[in-house]
Amino acid sequence: MEFLGYFGEVFTPFSFGLLLIGTIGGLILGATPGLSPTMAVALLIPFTFRLEAAQGLILLGAAYTSTVAGGAVSAILLKIPGAPANIATTLDGHTMAKKGQGARALQLSFLASAVGGVFGVLLLIFLTPVLATWALAFGPSHLFWLAILGVTIIGTLDSSSVVKGLLAGCIGLWLATIGFDDIMGAQRFIFHPSLSGGINVIPALIGLFAIPQVITMFSNGRTQASAEVIKVEPSPIGDAIREIFRRSRSLTIGTLTGSVIGLIPGVGGQIAGLVAYDQSKKFSPERDKFGTGHSEGIIAAESANNAMVGPSLVPLLTLSIPGSPTAAVLLGGLLIHGIFPGSDLFDNHPEVAWTFINSMLIGQILMCIFGLYIAGLAARVAQVPQSVMAATVLGLAVFGSYSVQNSMGDVYVMMTLGTGMYFLERFGFSAAPLVLGLILGPIAEANFIQGSMIANATSGIGQYFFTGPLNVTLLMIVLASVAYSVWMEMRNKRYVTKDDAVSKEEAL
Amino acid sequence: MKKYIAAAAVALTAMTGSAFADGHGDYPERPVMLMVSYGAGGATDFQARIVTMTAGNEDALGMPVAIINKPGAGGRVGWNWFATQADADGYTMGAYNIPHFIAQSIEGGVSYSADSFEPIANWGADPAVFVVAADSEFNSMADVVSYATANPGGLTFSGAGLFVGHHIAALQLEKAAGVKLAYIPNSAGGSGAMKAVIAGEVLGGVNNLSDAFRARAAGNVKILGVFDNERNEFMEDVPTMQEQGYDIDNSSVNFRGVMVPKGTPQAIIDDLAATVPEMFANSRVAGKMKAGGSPMHIMTRDEVLEMWAARQVTLTELLAGL
Repeated sequence: MEFLGYFGEVFTPFSFGLLLIGTIGGLILGATPGLSPTMAVALLIPFTFRLEAAQGLILLGAAYTSTVAGGAVSAILLKIPGAPANIATTLDGHTMAKKGQGARALQLSFLASAVGGVFGVLLLIFLTPVLATWALAFGPSHLFWLAILGVTIIGTLDSSSVVKGLLAGCIGLWLATIGFDDIMGAQRFIFHPSLSGGINVIPALIGLFAIPQVITMFSNGRTQASAEVIKVEPSPIGDAIREIFRRSRSLTIGTLTGSVIGLIPGVGGQIAGLVAYDQSKKFSPERDKFGTGHSEGIIAAESANNAMVGPSLVPLLTLSIPGSPTAAVLLGGLLIHGIFPGSDLFDNHPEVAWTFINSMLIGQILMCIFGLYIAGLAARVAQVPQSVMAATVLGLAVFGSYSVQNSMGDVYVMMTLGTGMYFLERFGFSAAPLVLGLILGPIAEANFIQGSMIANATSGIGQYFFTGPLNVTLLMIVLASVAYSVWMEMRNKRYVTKDDAVSKEEAL
Repeated sequence: MKKYIAAAAVALTAMTGSAFADGHGDYPERPVMLMVSYGAGGATDFQARIVTMTAGNEDALGMPVAIINKPGAGGRVGWNWFATQADADGYTMGAYNIPHFIAQSIEGGVSYSADSFEPIANWGADPAVFVVAADSEFNSMADVVSYATANPGGLTFSGAGLFVGHHIAALQLEKAAGVKLAYIPNSAGGSGAMKAVIAGEVLGGVNNLSDAFRARAAGNVKILGVFDNERNEFMEDVPTMQEQGYDIDNSSVNFRGVMVPKGTPQAIIDDLAATVPEMFANSRVAGKMKAGGSPMHIMTRDEVLEMWAARQVTLTELLAGL
């Protein structure tokens, strides 16, 4: 209960001002495609040089929480996930926005984010020591199985058929091998200098999701004389709140999955939303509605990606190991003030540690309030004429891809992948499984190679990968997930032809 | 306000290419860019931001330094860009990491070598150390080596990848102790390698002194030896490898500093070589670096040139067997 004593710090006028700036700025940065939470926090670090340690961290903590939630805005309204965490949000969120329910989708996403986020921070406050052991429990073999678990959901994710989903996933896995391999020291598939650093996930994400849309919008502009005008339905906040609690199953699944997976260093943040989306789809009686603008999809994905924020900082705050790129940037923000995370932080600088954590708690709530406030307004984006929209999205896509690594090469990668995706979509392929392959490929590969190197030096591969309670448990979940997909596939054959896929798309 | 308009006008003329900075008294007349080939928030980026924070002072460059990150492939993306595309006009500087870029150029497949760059000054030196988990049975390098002798190829230890300081240190240790070890490069860099040690996935690890210092302060690891010529001020109690009987020099020490592309006017190089070490020596810089646990080691251009040449020789020899 020590954290209660430091709430006063957060509410001093200066600190609270910083918290507001961090939250609002974070929402705007998060909604900008290409500015991932990591980038947003890195951009703010220089501003904290002149602040006190605790105040600097208030700014960073608030910005971190609200950029994660802000990513949902572009995911829902523009179908550009701001960060990998928001991929799952596009699946139902954008379809909802296309039906004119953008405001409702945004409200649901901010409310779910707040619930998940507060839960995650509370875990950080009360269960840190337990969580720290859990974070360390995942070695290379376990991370490998976890990545394979992710691979098993590729086939069932938002494609017209399992085969097409798997094919798209394989393309993603192949794209992930491009570049320089850090473990074996090999250069693979580098045909152009732009690819020497491999394919960065953010430009790929922007290209795969945004460019097909831009092309579609431009071509519609030519064929349809009058661009369609979407009527934006007003959505009372009360309804959204009731909806959230009516969908408590998705909310619970999302929050728990996000907290548990978010904790695992190096993996969590990227796949938490997708895994939660897939789980709540499997457990839902209305699973057929997923992908057609169903509220459960948004709630699960957004509660998961914000629930991950708190636990993802556990390895940093307790063990001094940054578990995610964002945590690495926050580490810089602490070191610049001479504070070492770990026991030193909680013993000698409790005011910094707890003020930081409290600011994330308050930040979640402020983020929700501001998010609800702008939801109705932001949803009117849907009324922008398509030609204007296409140009704006294209501009944002180029800007966003360039800004990740200050590299024109990333812009070429974004354009190439996006154009390719446009044609793939014509044939019923979908971007989500492709991106999932791109994200999971390196995790599975690196951990498999590291694991087998360790195994060869010690116990042997069979024993290393197949024994131990955690390995066995994960393996069982993988098998269950595969069996479930096969069973579902046999029970109701999904539309497998191009015509079916097109008619599905047109029905939306 | 007038001053800013004037500065902007000057900057514009400079950008049109007509005014070529020639190293006379007025260089630099616009902000200088410093390319860092690692991501924002990493150790090199973090230190580069600290050591250049006083660049705008009159006694330093008189113009601020802007950090541009070009991460990817262990630094190769940034250094390739710097060697082939950066303007050699004195307004584009780059941060170097030794032994990384020299080792990578020996390995091949990149478009740079030590001859592609002109060093300006060195700001830091982060030695590699050997760490084991706090509850490990190893208490000295002798324990580690005797385990490795009893289990050839069975001593697993982590490091931040291939052709980086940690890898060089691992190779040196293998050679000096005459044993076969299992070096496990970690794809998540130094922090991933440290996590592997703390979680007990591997028996030991090579890691950065600054990170190991923090991990030891948190009570997670024991530090058994420093891969350097002398003990480090951050941990006077940890003996060097030489003291423990292994003939290992400072080849793996991660030196960080500033360089410019080959072809930069000599007058500008001389100008920078005189002012930049002074800028690094600023007391505010030293205070921030010490607070962050980052060891400083200021070297002038001539000293760095000598160090680069020496590294080129030792690394070629060490990596020849790979």
